[in-house]
Amino acid sequence: MATQPDLRGKGQPADKTFGGLAIGAAALVLLILALIAITMTSRALPVLRHMGLGFFTSSTWSEHDNNFGALPFIWGTVYTAFIAIVLAVPVSLGVALFITQVAPPKLKRPLVYLIDLLAVVPSVVFGLWGVLMLAPHLNRSFLTAGIILAIMIVPIITSLAREVIETTAQADKEAAYALGATRWEMIGAAVLPHSKAGIVGAVMLGLGRAMGETIAAALVIGSSAQIALSPFKSGDSMPAVIANQWGEASELQKSALIALALTLFVMTIIVNLIASRIVQRSLKKTRGA
Amino acid sequence: MTLGTDLAHSLELRQKPSWRRAKNTLMSVLLGSAVVVVAIPLVLIMYSVFAKGGAILFKSFPAFLTHDIPPTRAAGPGMGPAIVGTLLITGMATLIAVPLGVLGAIYLNEYGVKSKFAQAVRFLALVMTGVPSVVMGLFVYVVWTLHHSITPPHELTGFQGFGGSLALACLMLPIVINATEQMLKLVPDGLREASYALGATKTRTVLTVVLPAAGSGIVSGALLAVARAAGETAPLLFTIGATRVINTSLFHGDSTALSARIFENAKEAVANAQERGWGAALALVLLTFTLTVIARVTTAFATRIK
Repeated sequence: MATQPDLRGKGQPADKTFGGLAIGAAALVLLILALIAITMTSRALPVLRHMGLGFFTSSTWSEHDNNFGALPFIWGTVYTAFIAIVLAVPVSLGVALFITQVAPPKLKRPLVYLIDLLAVVPSVVFGLWGVLMLAPHLNRSFLTAGIILAIMIVPIITSLAREVIETTAQADKEAAYALGATRWEMIGAAVLPHSKAGIVGAVMLGLGRAMGETIAAALVIGSSAQIALSPFKSGDSMPAVIANQWGEASELQKSALIALALTLFVMTIIVNLIASRIVQRSLKKTRGA
Repeated sequence: MTLGTDLAHSLELRQKPSWRRAKNTLMSVLLGSAVVVVAIPLVLIMYSVFAKGGAILFKSFPAFLTHDIPPTRAAGPGMGPAIVGTLLITGMATLIAVPLGVLGAIYLNEYGVKSKFAQAVRFLALVMTGVPSVVMGLFVYVVWTLHHSITPPHELTGFQGFGGSLALACLMLPIVINATEQMLKLVPDGLREASYALGATKTRTVLTVVLPAAGSGIVSGALLAVARAAGETAPLLFTIGATRVINTSLFHGDSTALSARIFENAKEAVANAQERGWGAALALVLLTFTLTVIARVTTAFATRIK
């Protein structure tokens, strides 16, 4: 992007306009994020004033006596995301390692397409399948929601993990083989130590996605505001309760739902920030080497 | 590098060779079975969608795509309003997000590059990709839908297709920016310098040299963003309302969309409604798959030329 010599005075105003348009479009990202934070906070204030810190610590959510405690939904969000991660991580890692280390070259591309296909299915279709085909066997519960979320985040974790794993230096792999290692020992000695940080980042990005997923969770989680440890109990998550209660919500309840969205916004941003830091650092490190 | 010695330390080669080989085979099988585990839900879901959705979509072929949506309990086809809504709402979102996203990426790669502001935008675009879609929907409800609603006596909900388009555009914007910037990065500097050497201004260089060179990559990235937006439901719940008849206006009256209809029908305990839900799911899956395939073909086409 060399700076061009100023040979023609004529083009300059148009040039400046275009540059201005471009910078404006870029600034839009900043503007939207700032607006989200400001408008959502101001709409959430009524319920936060009404409930105080109780909004985050109370476990009763009752629109009849205007008591809005978000704890059951925070629990549901964290718990279903946790179940999803526990189910999705071993499978995603297995698929990523299989594609990069084990599969014959001819099989690689079709496998990548298969995983991509899963990423293209709209979340509401997962929800429809979950509620009509899976819930009759498993009931609407934390577990059902966790399973559906797991299916949805497998492609995200797999493709990022694959990207990180593929940056393993060929020399390290060959060194392991030269020492007489089997393929599995080579993976343990060269591939995994190299990719650890990147995989952690990929998992966290999956976690962020699982926490924010709305529609599929809304359909299969069971919509009951309870804090239960058993994965077979029904519950509710923050995005699900927003989707399910919005239609008939009173003014204060709407404020409470917006406060839930704000909480979710902050939680997912923190998770995503940490995740992208880790991923980028590990990619940069390996590409620089 | 110290990697060599680390490597030697982390290798435990003193076990019996037969056991080591057995472990290797076992783990290869386990990794392969992970692929099977992923394929099972995909196959099951696709089977349900095509079998149950196909039953209603193909049985009453054009009618399902064009007829109005019947009352919940009634049997028979009709998803016309949802298809029109999805196409219009997603189309408008594309018209908003793609030009802005491409412009933003042009700033990042051609103007800002390593400046503090560009770094900040790049970072925030990444943050924005992670914002849950339900949050985007509520955000647009607060800044748009609410301002277009009038409280009684003139009951007006403020629901309109355009609100949905805005929410989807907010979701697409960071995706388009990221994808486009990756493509612009691939355009060799030699092309830009050649253009400057001919006396072209920066604007002209970007518009007639850089953008065409990255064109197919940008199109493919945009199509993937459109496919993702077309499947979104949560942002529409708060912004577009619901209707059973075709509404071709994005600015007057409630609208509806395939995704929103699937969500509503999935909640119904009525077999007829569920059947239409499956039909809508098949239509939506076919739409997103088609967009994705076109994107892939564009990419393949572009890389072959280069």
